Amino acid sequence: MERFIRLSGRVAAMPAANIDTDVIMPKAFLKGIDRSGLAVGLFHDLRFDESGTVRPDFILNRPDMADIRFLLVGPNFGCGSSREHAVWGMLQYGIRGIIGSSYGAIFADNAANNGLLLLSLPPTQIAAMAARLGDGVGEVTVDLEAQRIEMEGHAEAFDIDPAVRRALMLGLDRIGETLTHADRIRSFEQAYLAGKPWLMNERNDERIS
Amino acid sequence: MSAPKTLYDKIVDEHRILSFDESGGAGERLLLYIDRTVLNEYTSPQAFSGLRAAGRAPWRPSASLGVVDHVNSTNPDRAAGKLDDGARRQIEYLSENGRDFGIEIFDLFDPRQGIEHVVMPELGLVLPGMVIAAGDSHSTTYGAFGVVGFGIGTSDIEHLLATQTLVYRRLRTMRVTVGGRLAPGVTAKDLIMEVIRRIGADGAGGHAVEFAGEAIDALGVEARMTICNMAVECGARVALMAPDAKVVDYIRGCPRAPSEALLARAVAEWAGLRSDPEARFDKEVALSADDIPPMVSWGTSPDQSLAITGSIPDPDVLPADRRADAARAMTYMGLTPNTPLQDIAIDRAFIGSCTNARLSDIRDAARILKGRKVAPGVRAMISPGSSGVRAAAEAEGLDRIFIEAGFEWRRSGCSLCLAMNDDSLAPGERCASSTNRNFEGRQGIGGRTHLMSPAMVAAAAVTGRLADVRSLAAAEIA
Ligand code: SF4
Repeated sequence: MERFIRLSGRVAAMPAANIDTDVIMPKAFLKGIDRSGLAVGLFHDLRFDESGTVRPDFILNRPDMADIRFLLVGPNFGCGSSREHAVWGMLQYGIRGIIGSSYGAIFADNAANNGLLLLSLPPTQIAAMAARLGDGVGEVTVDLEAQRIEMEGHAEAFDIDPAVRRALMLGLDRIGETLTHADRIRSFEQAYLAGKPWLMNERNDERIS
Repeated sequence: MSAPKTLYDKIVDEHRILSFDESGGAGERLLLYIDRTVLNEYTSPQAFSGLRAAGRAPWRPSASLGVVDHVNSTNPDRAAGKLDDGARRQIEYLSENGRDFGIEIFDLFDPRQGIEHVVMPELGLVLPGMVIAAGDSHSTTYGAFGVVGFGIGTSDIEHLLATQTLVYRRLRTMRVTVGGRLAPGVTAKDLIMEVIRRIGADGAGGHAVEFAGEAIDALGVEARMTICNMAVECGARVALMAPDAKVVDYIRGCPRAPSEALLARAVAEWAGLRSDPEARFDKEVALSADDIPPMVSWGTSPDQSLAITGSIPDPDVLPADRRADAARAMTYMGLTPNTPLQDIAIDRAFIGSCTNARLSDIRDAARILKGRKVAPGVRAMISPGSSGVRAAAEAEGLDRIFIEAGFEWRRSGCSLCLAMNDDSLAPGERCASSTNRNFEGRQGIGGRTHLMSPAMVAAAAVTGRLADVRSLAAAEIA
């Protein structure tokens, strides 16, 4: 995964509450067996109408949004379905970070696993940032190393989960890291299953009528 | 004596292989052992591709089961069901992955096929005290068995397959205590919809939520699954209920249940699976089941719901921070403020999904449908939660009741719950639905979803409008 250390770019405000992953990545784009081709699906039904025509009033369709890097979002962003396609699409579209007050929990884990930065700030701070953006668009710099965000000339500090921050900055192979503990996993598993033998009683297919 | 613990913390402690920070409390970062997972055809492919690319094998293939449920047709004739190329490729890839990695797969023609969260419990694969993580947000369903169940994304599926673990953060806890008893005609679905309405779509955000109290104890296991299933719609990361004798009885009859001898040992241990009396929760919510009415959603977020006796709210009288979302939802839903819910005509009726398509749900709806007909102009369909549920319902003759009423008796799958197959609403169509999400476009682009219990869907189907099930007499069935 791509590292995130410090990044400047365009930010767009999408302040509605509870924007769910069905809206972020509609089901029509979930039929693949690989991760590619999802940029076109991002917010598809907000970007295009039923006949496929661009909806000019949607913020990401504005002419100055070609190189968007960040979204400023409302509460509970990414709630709903576990589909990681929402995060893959975001990154493929060019969005590297999301600034909001709260997120769907699975979406947040998916973001961390793919190097999409989620900042969680108090709702009042989000409202102040949105007000600073005026017409919903502006420039932002997020410095993950220094834990500072600067939007429209206004800089402030932020908190972030240290483990998430480290993974974002280093771009870690998480499975490889966990497998360094393979011996611990194996010995735990043996003792655990020996103590709860009913958990081992798998695939006794002869009992299936 | 050790400090009192919640049920959630007890189960997490039992599965903690190592702690990365030894902090112990909420937020502790740990390596968590996962007992089981269930894989579907649309969130697992990239996880398997990742394993293949890295040359890794599943750690414990027997701990996984694969089921086709999201993209398949529900055509009564399985072989004739329409599949687009993407769906066909996903179904084939699931079987290929099962073959190559030694994982059991229930394909479309398997008599055990069904929606993953219906199949796992009915096989007896969900046992109290387990941790079950799966690539679907409604994995919270398993909480009805005293299981820490939660949804994960595809990268975590790959991690789980490769290591049988997840890097996990211990959650904060919340308890929802429900006193009293549900009134006649009111179901577990209404109860959880009322909880979501009260606390909001993010009200349990990131918490492990334990449901307790007299009203929960009184419910059957399937009704409890409905509550745990839908708890994710108020942000619960985990839903839990202490397992009791009903849970043990439910498991005992299942094809993959442990043998009687092992079950006896297990039951002795499961007795400890409850929160200690002095355990503290980070949040507490209490409500009474006595005065919960049948509920219907009117908006595009599961917390936008109301008693069936109510009217569409006037955004101007809502709290300021909810006005814009309510107005947007109303536009999408094609509704005007102050319209009585029971004046709203429907085009479609759907009974299905992992929330409400088990045998007890089908019986509930059949009681209303028996001797009645679907209203003219309404297209009504039922997709039983699993092929096993479908067969059991047919054995009771319930299929006849649905068919005689004018319902389509479909095959099992997620179907119109998310419309990844050919079951979908046309733009502007309004559907009474026993599913769990009323998001924009969930049942088809421009489709309008009203969530409710299966009996309420049946009532809407026969009246042609959103209707109060309590005004229709229920027949005796079976
Ligand atoms: S029935 Fe609906 S909610 Fe349940 S697993 Fe299928 S799509 Fe998800």
